[in-house]
Amino acid sequence: MNAKRRRDAASTANEERGVLTRQERRTTGEAVPSTGRRVVVVGYGPTAHRLVEALAAGGFAGTVTVLGEEPRPAYDRVALTSYLAGRTVEDLTYPVPGGAAVTVTVTVGARVVDVDRESRTVVTAAGEAVPYDVLVLATGSAPFVPPVPGNDLPGCFAYRTIDDLDAIREAARDGGPGVVVGGGLLGLEAADALRGLGLTTHVVEMSDRLLPRQVDEGGGAVLRNHIEALGLTVHTGAGVAAVEPGPDGRAARLVKPDGEAIDARVVVFSAGIRPRDELARRCGLAVGERGGVVVDAAMRTSDPRVYAVGECALAGGMVYGLVGPCFTQAEVAADRILGGTATFEGADPSAKLKLLGVEVAQFGATAGALDVTYMDPVAGIYKRLFVSDDARTLLGGICVGDAAPYDTLRPFVGRDLPGTPSDLLFAGAGGDRVDLPDDAQVCSCNNVTRGRVRAAVVEHGLTDVQGVKECTRAGTTCGSCVPMLKRILAESGVEVGKALCEHFAYSRAELFDIVQVRGITTFSRLIAEHGTGRGCDICKPVVASILASLGNGHILDGEQAALQDTNDHFLANIQKNGTYSVVPRVPGGEITPEKLIVIGEVARDFGLYTKITGGQRIDLLGARVEQLPRIWKRLVDAGFESGHAYGKALRTVKSCVGSTWCRYGVQDSVGLAIALELRYRGLRAPHKLKSAVSGCARECAEARSKDFGIIATERGWNLYVGGNGGFTPRHADLLAADLPADELVRLIDRFLMFYIRTADRLQRTSAWLENLDGGLDYLREVIVEDSLGICADLDAQMERHVADYADEWRATLEDPERLRRFVSFVNAPGTPDPSIAFETEREQIKPTLIPLEAVSR
Amino acid sequence: MSVLQESPAMAGRPAGERAWTPVCRYADLLPDRGAAALVGHDQVAVFRTFEGGLYAIGNRDPYSGAYVLSRGIVGSRGAEPTVASPMHKQVFSLLTGVSLDDPATAVPTYPIRVTDGTVEVGLDRAA
Repeated sequence: MNAKRRRDAASTANEERGVLTRQERRTTGEAVPSTGRRVVVVGYGPTAHRLVEALAAGGFAGTVTVLGEEPRPAYDRVALTSYLAGRTVEDLTYPVPGGAAVTVTVTVGARVVDVDRESRTVVTAAGEAVPYDVLVLATGSAPFVPPVPGNDLPGCFAYRTIDDLDAIREAARDGGPGVVVGGGLLGLEAADALRGLGLTTHVVEMSDRLLPRQVDEGGGAVLRNHIEALGLTVHTGAGVAAVEPGPDGRAARLVKPDGEAIDARVVVFSAGIRPRDELARRCGLAVGERGGVVVDAAMRTSDPRVYAVGECALAGGMVYGLVGPCFTQAEVAADRILGGTATFEGADPSAKLKLLGVEVAQFGATAGALDVTYMDPVAGIYKRLFVSDDARTLLGGICVGDAAPYDTLRPFVGRDLPGTPSDLLFAGAGGDRVDLPDDAQVCSCNNVTRGRVRAAVVEHGLTDVQGVKECTRAGTTCGSCVPMLKRILAESGVEVGKALCEHFAYSRAELFDIVQVRGITTFSRLIAEHGTGRGCDICKPVVASILASLGNGHILDGEQAALQDTNDHFLANIQKNGTYSVVPRVPGGEITPEKLIVIGEVARDFGLYTKITGGQRIDLLGARVEQLPRIWKRLVDAGFESGHAYGKALRTVKSCVGSTWCRYGVQDSVGLAIALELRYRGLRAPHKLKSAVSGCARECAEARSKDFGIIATERGWNLYVGGNGGFTPRHADLLAADLPADELVRLIDRFLMFYIRTADRLQRTSAWLENLDGGLDYLREVIVEDSLGICADLDAQMERHVADYADEWRATLEDPERLRRFVSFVNAPGTPDPSIAFETEREQIKPTLIPLEAVSR
Repeated sequence: MSVLQESPAMAGRPAGERAWTPVCRYADLLPDRGAAALVGHDQVAVFRTFEGGLYAIGNRDPYSGAYVLSRGIVGSRGAEPTVASPMHKQVFSLLTGVSLDDPATAVPTYPIRVTDGTVEVGLDRAA
């Protein structure tokens, strides 16, 4: 696959000026020019991608040729394991960077076999010669496979690429136990993956504990308890002597040096990495004793025209395997190529991770003159801080089971402690009130300091985390610093939009709690006790929605009638000329010919414009307010009910035709879509809700653009949440895979109710999920693992909704009191609004434009 | 302006050329909700607030040109009773008809009163 970005002629003038400046710097700065117009990058992993991105963003005016060995463009290797959980290659793939001045050419499946530094040319395996002015080696690393007999048997794998994962998944289909060799970060990720594939999983680790580079003995013991509780078997102090085949020639058991054998049909080697420095060796560049291309602080190799970045580089005697330092290296190299003077001064190997559901974090030093340890073996929490001999300076820390100190304390490494060590370690104490210095790093993946975030907030008037992410990149890689970003926003005086309006000082979520806990059933009582004034167009519909979500009474009953927006008040969607649209529910988009005929007849008899909607139903437009009851009478009599197209409520559950008819379908998507639409119809929410069900992975129903989307698998249903079309499209994230129907419904119940409880006004599920502290993992904890103990409540609330549902239009037609509002004029009900007029277009009505000359703005 | 209750005797002595059109029973109006009425050739939006006050303003939303203000949400801004256009949520004062976010734009206001439980809207012929 080839992707190209071409130069934008319009900005040529500016860019040329930029190049000139750099040339000036070049001639005055360095003896050997390390800048040039043709950059060749060997390797296309995350680090190479970041380098190209930085070049493009820096206005590099030349050509960048990227030669990647893998058969696909760069993808997010940090999130590799999520591929097995259902994320697609496309989800993980980075967009090819581009810019106004730069031309980026990416060639995948192109392995570079030689570099001729004399003629400045690289040669690919296909024999193609590519000339360079500047060469960047970003060849990454190869998994270390211990040289033992049988290490190359079928059934033995590495854990690095998407191809590796495809092969592991294929091998795991036959079941059987799996063994991961290596109990480090990647090893535990691999173990989680095997467990997720349904294998009985063992971890074999050479040292005396898991994660030997991150945790100490005490932390390792707590971690081991967590992992064994998940059903994994841990063998520490154990290496591998051989992998032995079974009668079928495939791996059957792993033999430890002590002779003990572990049954293993799948063996994953994850015992460390080795820099891919073979190209550098071949062309005579300096390499380290134990591998790695030697680079200086500018990321230059022994040839100043050649840079090396990422896992193949030996910088300051270290090979860095974490994404943060590798990205920094890429940025340093890019800056140098652009003529800058950036240097790489080593990196903080701090890490905060979640492995097999356990939070683990390590920052700063792993030893010190003094240390303070907090341990709770019952809860499985271990926290240890290392401090200087006067107990004033923080040196580092280790956390297992609760990584909160990482966020609050990591920026203080090398500084005065913000409190006594014991205060800082006891659950939550003091943590939130700790003030950070401006030069403290908040995002280690992208090396962003608190000062930079604060500056961006002020300079660009940012008001939310999303804005900070876009401006500074903080929080865009692992996301662990998002809670910190929120705090900085709050500290910068950004009112994080808590007060709903002038009448309520509470957020929607807080109002929801107040209404629920205090059992409030009317707006009057709520505003009298918890607000001021008489409400407005913002708070009234919010409260109406909360009352509807909790109470399930008819939304036009009593005082609630006055809270509704015009759409809910008339159970129809207002259009630009003051007429309304009528949208009957068509669950799952399935409709009988008889019902289609009724819709056609009603539209014809009332002279309505008809259009098929995106949600697989039919919109009838141009109804005057006084016509609505008569139109709906006909529809209700024919068996239709309200489609809630007017409400902040469930709209439709779209479906493809599914396994009943489609020759590719693997499940009955239409049946499920109908069941879901009937279950959640009428459910009032902070914003509209859309859903879809696809009967196979081809995804014809576009489920991943929905608030909750379901895609059939051969084993059940995958549930995706937080998708969105609209202004800011977002693909839904996989919440759970291969669910049976009852579990699927239970999860959706909880997802929806949790969203309804906690979202802001008019916040779609996508924005809600983006802003949820802890994101998808947290959502999973709450609604799958019930970490807040609210699932029974959420379930009961949804059961009540389902049991109490009644069609709003039928109920309205049966009640003369509710029908009274559907008049054109209270004193002339027989006179239609004379301002409404239509003309004809394509054989249907369209509103005659209303002249607006009287408006002064 | 708002007149909650006026004696029938006063109603018989209109000021100048003011004509009063009966619109509906006071009890027909929902608190904090509006209704549209036809007063002469004018479309008028009539509101009854939660406290019981009555207001009448032009029904035409000057921003969209549609006659829909009677279907907006009634509320308050500070002490001022308001209605928000259901079209694009611009907020108008029920006292003055002025658009509160854009004081250059306003809708007309009408006198309104209750006579024997019947809501009446006044139209000044001279105006």
